[in-house]
Amino acid sequence: MSTPVPRNKVAQWIEYRLPVFSWMNHNLTDFPEPKNLNYWWNFGSLAGIMLVWQIVTGIVLAMHYTPHVDMAFDSVERIMREVEWGWLMRYAHMNGGSMFFAVVYIHIFRGLYYGSYKSPREILWWLGIVLLFLMMGAAFTGYVLPWGQMSFWAATVITNLFSAIPWIGGGVVEWLWGGFGVDNPLLNRFYALHYLLPFIIVGVVILHIWALHHRRSNNPLGIDIKSAKDTIPFHPYYTIRDMFGMGAMLFVLFVFVFFVPNMLGETINYVEANPLQTPSHIVPEWYFLPYYAILRAIPDKLGGVIAMLVSILVLFILPWLDTSKVRSARFRPIYKQLFWVFLADCIVLGWVGAQPAEGVYIVISRICTAYYFAHFLIIMPILGKLERPRPLPESIHEAVLKKRGPAQPAAAMEKH
Amino acid sequence: MRRLIAAASAALVLGLAGLTPAAFAATEGGALPHTDFPHVGIFGKYDQPALKRGLQVYREVCAACHGLKYIAFRNLVALGLGNDEAKAIAEGYQIPDGPNDEGEMFERPGRLSDHFPNPFANEKAARASNNGANPPDLSLVTKGRDGHEGYIYAILTGYEEPPADFALGEGMAYNKYFPGHQIAMPPPLSDGQVTYEDGTEASVANMAHDVVTFMAWAAEPELEERKAVGLKVLIFIGLLTAVLYAINVRVWSRVT
Repeated sequence: MSTPVPRNKVAQWIEYRLPVFSWMNHNLTDFPEPKNLNYWWNFGSLAGIMLVWQIVTGIVLAMHYTPHVDMAFDSVERIMREVEWGWLMRYAHMNGGSMFFAVVYIHIFRGLYYGSYKSPREILWWLGIVLLFLMMGAAFTGYVLPWGQMSFWAATVITNLFSAIPWIGGGVVEWLWGGFGVDNPLLNRFYALHYLLPFIIVGVVILHIWALHHRRSNNPLGIDIKSAKDTIPFHPYYTIRDMFGMGAMLFVLFVFVFFVPNMLGETINYVEANPLQTPSHIVPEWYFLPYYAILRAIPDKLGGVIAMLVSILVLFILPWLDTSKVRSARFRPIYKQLFWVFLADCIVLGWVGAQPAEGVYIVISRICTAYYFAHFLIIMPILGKLERPRPLPESIHEAVLKKRGPAQPAAAMEKH
Repeated sequence: MRRLIAAASAALVLGLAGLTPAAFAATEGGALPHTDFPHVGIFGKYDQPALKRGLQVYREVCAACHGLKYIAFRNLVALGLGNDEAKAIAEGYQIPDGPNDEGEMFERPGRLSDHFPNPFANEKAARASNNGANPPDLSLVTKGRDGHEGYIYAILTGYEEPPADFALGEGMAYNKYFPGHQIAMPPPLSDGQVTYEDGTEASVANMAHDVVTFMAWAAEPELEERKAVGLKVLIFIGLLTAVLYAINVRVWSRVT
């Protein structure tokens, strides 16, 4: 990789003092990426775009929002009605949260399918899990801010989970509330945290990309980059592909923003919070439903909270639970099937999380919760030992050529 | 790529299916009788004459008990009223204000910048006058109830004689669609209750349709602008994405 000296005099002056141009060149232009990445590798950049999207729309909303229990709901309605394009900013932020989670979940499942968590990318993977936790915190604190019925009761249910901690639980909950119930102190601190967390996310994203650029992207074959022939520069190949991905994602996002802005929300959140009236059933946003199902599947409160936490924490040790030497599911005939079973299990958990906790739904949620943990704790360790992986290709370059077939004048173009 | 397109179109189909609020309709009392409002749907716009008639029903019937706090009199211009008409409506209300230079609170006629006042001084007063129930503000009811417009319409038209074995509380009414069927609001509409200027028959069904359309507007005054802007945005982003895809294919054709 060359480090070109900028031609512009001003740029040279800057470069001499702070090498931003060679830094950008290294990380954004010449950066070597595997040349066989498929479209599932778009979702990391899409998550980054959604983070910026949420911060920009969020800051605009913060300029008009009032974090006080008597005024929060009214101030949101004021944004919707009086602020120029306020409805657009709010719907973009509200649905942007869902879009963010959607692309991040796809990004995570991409990692699970192609074994992107395996050596030497464990810390990259951990940072991703940290980002997921931070996002959940940001989403939850944000959901409370409009101070609708579901905001209030979601805050009540979730903060009460901490009361499950033995001995000190009650004290912890009062400390979180800043009082003896969900009230103004909680709304104030949630607002502060909701503004803070995205910037912590930005920091961890920088670490995430640092780790990524240090050990490079995984690829659909799951084999290492062996020579320069296996790679292509980030620009223009992945810049244009990421721009296309952004267009496609924004199209989907805008369908929701402009035409069904409240489809993913709870109707009752358009009723102002009322501490004296509990909604008939309390459900979280769709992106929390699988965890909610796990929480409710365990008959014991503390056990449920632990299971819910462990359902994500288990991802930290996944690089060692998975004993297979092969990264990509393409070459793992059995894991390839079980991946889809696991995905289906998560979707069923999400569905059952939206149902009332009664009758057959409890049975389904328990079976799916058991399978969720079995997938990581039993299937992954054993499968890696038993499964006979298909032979791996020699190199990325060779596999790409083979895929294109002999009809392509590959040899002629290989000169450069 | 094909998989991605499939996933994206599935998301779109889901989205479009959700355009009908009736998809999430409350089921108590059976299917909702009327959910087909012209403003529902991708290109749906408010039925303008119904909006105006709905304002009349709200003012002459509902406003006796229900507030409309998020709507200012100036907003009524969006219903096709002239500035003078909106001003005249505002002046028909007495708005508490003050203190004046003597330190006294006083009432004055409404201005365009005022919002519809609540008919009751506070929640306690509202409950005292309404058999213990607090009539909800109507600015967000179509947005804040499962079943949306269809549910509000069903409530307005769903009054019946209670079944023989139903124990109805003192001063309560029986409504087919209300959760639990016992509702504190007496049947609000009866045939011929208002006199429409445009000659529309003031049947319960028509008045309910009109006032629900009006409430939908009060909840989402931005709806028409939102859909119109949305269409332009989708056309733009759709074309841009197609161009980006074409460039993408072109650039990648160089790769061996």
